Amino acid sequence: MRSIVPILTVVAAILLFWALCVIPMNAHLTADQAQRDGMILSPDTPAARQDYSGLVLALKNPAIIPLTYTLERPRLPSPHQVAVELYDTVIDKKITSKRSLVYHGWVTLSATLLGFAMGTGLGILLAVGIVYNRTMDKSVMPWAITSQTIPILALAPMIIVILGSIGVQGLLPKAIISAYLSFFPVVVGMVKGLRSPDAMQLDLMRTYNASNSEGFWKLRLPASMPYLFASLKIGVSASLVGAIVGELPTGARAGFGARMLVGDQYGQPLVTWAALFAAAITAAALVAILSLVERQTLRRMGMGAV
Amino acid sequence: MAQPTIRATGLNLTFQTNDGPVHALKDVNLDVNKGDFVSFIGPSGCGKTTFLRCIAGLETPTGGEINVNGMTPDEARRARAYGYVFQAAGLYPWRTIGGNIRLPLEIMGFDKAEQADRVKCVLELVDLAGFEKKFPWQLSGGMQQRASIARALAFDADILLMDEPFGALDEIVRDHLNEQLLQLWARTEKTIAFVTHSIPEAVYLSTKIVVMSPRPGRISDVIDSPLPRERPLDIRDSPEFIEIAHRVRDGLRAGHVDG
Repeated sequence: MRSIVPILTVVAAILLFWALCVIPMNAHLTADQAQRDGMILSPDTPAARQDYSGLVLALKNPAIIPLTYTLERPRLPSPHQVAVELYDTVIDKKITSKRSLVYHGWVTLSATLLGFAMGTGLGILLAVGIVYNRTMDKSVMPWAITSQTIPILALAPMIIVILGSIGVQGLLPKAIISAYLSFFPVVVGMVKGLRSPDAMQLDLMRTYNASNSEGFWKLRLPASMPYLFASLKIGVSASLVGAIVGELPTGARAGFGARMLVGDQYGQPLVTWAALFAAAITAAALVAILSLVERQTLRRMGMGAV
Repeated sequence: MAQPTIRATGLNLTFQTNDGPVHALKDVNLDVNKGDFVSFIGPSGCGKTTFLRCIAGLETPTGGEINVNGMTPDEARRARAYGYVFQAAGLYPWRTIGGNIRLPLEIMGFDKAEQADRVKCVLELVDLAGFEKKFPWQLSGGMQQRASIARALAFDADILLMDEPFGALDEIVRDHLNEQLLQLWARTEKTIAFVTHSIPEAVYLSTKIVVMSPRPGRISDVIDSPLPRERPLDIRDSPEFIEIAHRVRDGLRAGHVDG
């Protein structure tokens, strides 16, 4: 793992930058709070303090700097606050608790995985159709591209509401939004992958008088594997985004999306940030699992580490 | 006399391109008898590869007639009458050498035991015994090309069509493979059609050399080689060899002048 050092360096730099940003971002809130608690500040009214930037205010009143890291409802939470909140809601809370991020994570993850499976299946089917059928080749791709130009934020509520009105609720509507986002990279990647065999390899199959299905199973499909995995990795993170977006419009009661919404609406930034990080970690884990499967599969196929 | 294995009469092939029609083949007449080793030689654009592809049924002529084993090329292709070796080895990277050779056998429905026997047999034939479980990238270019020849031999078609199979290899490897190919031809008694643009290669290998010239692609000379079938590499220094090479070179030059 030679890549670990550069990764950690970048993470450390981001954390440092984040931690430094906390001071100016929270300076005004902290000053107001400190004054209520009896601290003498300059300037001494909130209105007057508005004339100063957060940074200047903190420099004029160095005593508030440590306090910017401990606000209960900060404008920008500090890294350790988010870490504590994450630990609290992931490890400490019982899984059955409505505040457990494991519980909410599972709600989102199940929709993600179902949607990912649906999207991948649909994507592969469409790609096969595009490669083998001239009519589909001419007609499907423009629509697939158009489908991705519609903002999912506009589309998601409609899908939820329409499906809800015909009695489909819960997992499936979210999974459909996930599938809507994840089928696209799979179509694009698989079309390219299924077309990756060159003229010579296709001619070779003709000299064997191979049928179309043999050409597919023995040449096109194996040749497309590296492309498929690249697409799956994009698709799975798109799926997660889709599931979260699907949790927002109805004010869903569960899932990462619901937690982000709750944090926003009830002024609890820590809840939002913890959900955000949990979602990011989940996405990273999903991509990492796919990378592992990719490496194993391609190695077994003799195509080495790609 | 028996019917020739490959017979082309008045064969024409015109490609329609954006720059107008291109005469890839014009009035090509040729008989190839069973057990012949025929080389097609000529500059690029002379239609030698196109002619090979016509034999294989991969291109459809626009005029004239061509027969392979008494059938149309397409029927011959369906009957799996030939093995084709391309310019590049074109092994599937996700299959082992054995797996690559098994590919045509799987498609043609040989049973598992038969597949294993044949793979073993052709690997020995091309001197690659012991490499069955290796992946293509683990082999040198010359070995990959030998594996692709083994793949074409695996289903034991009577005809072997080879399109500049050694074109991308260095001369030392090429000499070695040429020698091996002759041995293989002697052992299997196949009819071989071989495209090349190397004069020594064509003269060394062939019982019949077909000299072609471009624009339009046509046959400018057919030379029946007087060399014996048994040919050590140093036959290339013999006067007979040099004389044939001269004639080939003259044929190529003549084609160039009026082309």
